[in-house]
Amino acid sequence: MADSAWAPTSASAIPTTAVPARHSGVVRVTHWVTALSFLVLLVTGVEILISHPRFYWGETGNVLTPALFKLPIPASRHTFPTGYGYVLPDQNGWSRYLHFQAAWVAVLTGLFYVIFGVLTGHFRRNLLPARADLSWRKLSTLLAEHLRFTRADEAGAWSYNVLQRLTYLFVIFVLFPLVIWTGLAMSPAIAAAFPIVVTVLGGQQSARTIHFFVSVFLFIFLLVHVGMVWRAGFRNRMRAMIGGRPASRR
Amino acid sequence: MNHFSRRKLITAAAVAGGASGLAAAAGLARRYGLIPPDGKGIYGPGETLTYAAQRLLTRHALAREFAPSQISKTPFANEVDPLGDEFQRLQEAGFADWRLAVDGLVARPASFSIPEIKSFPRRSQITHLACEEGWSYIAEWIGTPLFHILDAVGTLPQARYVIYRSIQPDVWESIDMADALHPQTLIAHGMNGDELPVKFGGPLRLRVPRQLGYKSVKYINRLTIADDLKRFGKGLGSSSPEAGYAWYAGI
Repeated sequence: MADSAWAPTSASAIPTTAVPARHSGVVRVTHWVTALSFLVLLVTGVEILISHPRFYWGETGNVLTPALFKLPIPASRHTFPTGYGYVLPDQNGWSRYLHFQAAWVAVLTGLFYVIFGVLTGHFRRNLLPARADLSWRKLSTLLAEHLRFTRADEAGAWSYNVLQRLTYLFVIFVLFPLVIWTGLAMSPAIAAAFPIVVTVLGGQQSARTIHFFVSVFLFIFLLVHVGMVWRAGFRNRMRAMIGGRPASRR
Repeated sequence: MNHFSRRKLITAAAVAGGASGLAAAAGLARRYGLIPPDGKGIYGPGETLTYAAQRLLTRHALAREFAPSQISKTPFANEVDPLGDEFQRLQEAGFADWRLAVDGLVARPASFSIPEIKSFPRRSQITHLACEEGWSYIAEWIGTPLFHILDAVGTLPQARYVIYRSIQPDVWESIDMADALHPQTLIAHGMNGDELPVKFGGPLRLRVPRQLGYKSVKYINRLTIADDLKRFGKGLGSSSPEAGYAWYAGI
């Protein structure tokens, strides 16, 4: 995988020190496969959701029972009362086929990534924050810098700061597992075989509601993530995540 | 350099292992009937993975049964297309002439009236019904486990699927023998301690509690036992894939 890049890229490159890869091949491939499957899951998930944009808590819920909340959007089924007077095109069939297929891609890629990350020390080296960085003072200084939109310095392109590390760890080890778990909990066959998967969440409608909120969090993460990449220098960060290296180290 | 070569080794081993694992899995899936009838085409890999994984992990699992206090006060039923003159005629006669025909790979093809269906051992279960749209309810279902009917007609050993049809034109489904012989798969004729209302599929509905609601077809009047689904409809297993929905709905 991109061995040739170990040689200096040009004669004018920094002498003696070769530019190391910012992201390993596995990180780059799994990143883009996950990104693509997540986008597919998002679009198809919205398509599935609009057939019944109402949420409940517990085991059951339908239009005749009180909702926990309701999204103020039209629906794709005429049996669902929205008050809008029109029905969106129904795309549920292929959306469901594609949602579950993309879920398999995301889950298998995620499993591969996590096993790789543990075995090669990727999590320990690149994502686990240093104990010294976990003080409130350091975290709040960094957070304030972020909120003032202070541009990352050049070192920031080569290593993640503690806020990034914590965010990525949260997404990888909390949000993704939770969205997979709540997705599985909606399956009648899984609920039959492993009832605890459902009962711990409070029921199948609770699972659906949590699935929705975790997806919203993941979507917000995606927006902030892309915004930060944009802010930090879109071209260079994209180069690093596609080819492995930013354009130059200057 | 050391950890880089180690990482490459791990990656290469994982990729090689994954590829040969996939090939072996595909072979095994074919051999053990783990490929669903709609397992071809662009969504085939996902459908096959889901069906195969769930058949391996959940074949004998029992759907959760709930307490009477958990029965939904307001069950919901989607509208169906107008049921037609024949249904109306049968309904006006109190479904006295409703028949459930059983044919295909059976030793003794038969046709059962509703009282005959009710004379089989009865099972009552309080289970969850979820629609693919996202809504759900819990109800008590009373009926005859399908395996009693299959025993009565003498299913031949090569049987692999049970096809069931609604009186509604072009509404038909099928399940594999794992679901057909499952103790909770019912020819339901009652709901919540009463007769099964027409709105919820009366007089007879096939209840498959380990799959989504659309597999529980209403107004069934014919069962066909088959070894292959290719000869039926467009060969995708049921009318759902023909309308764009997955054949296997255990998700």
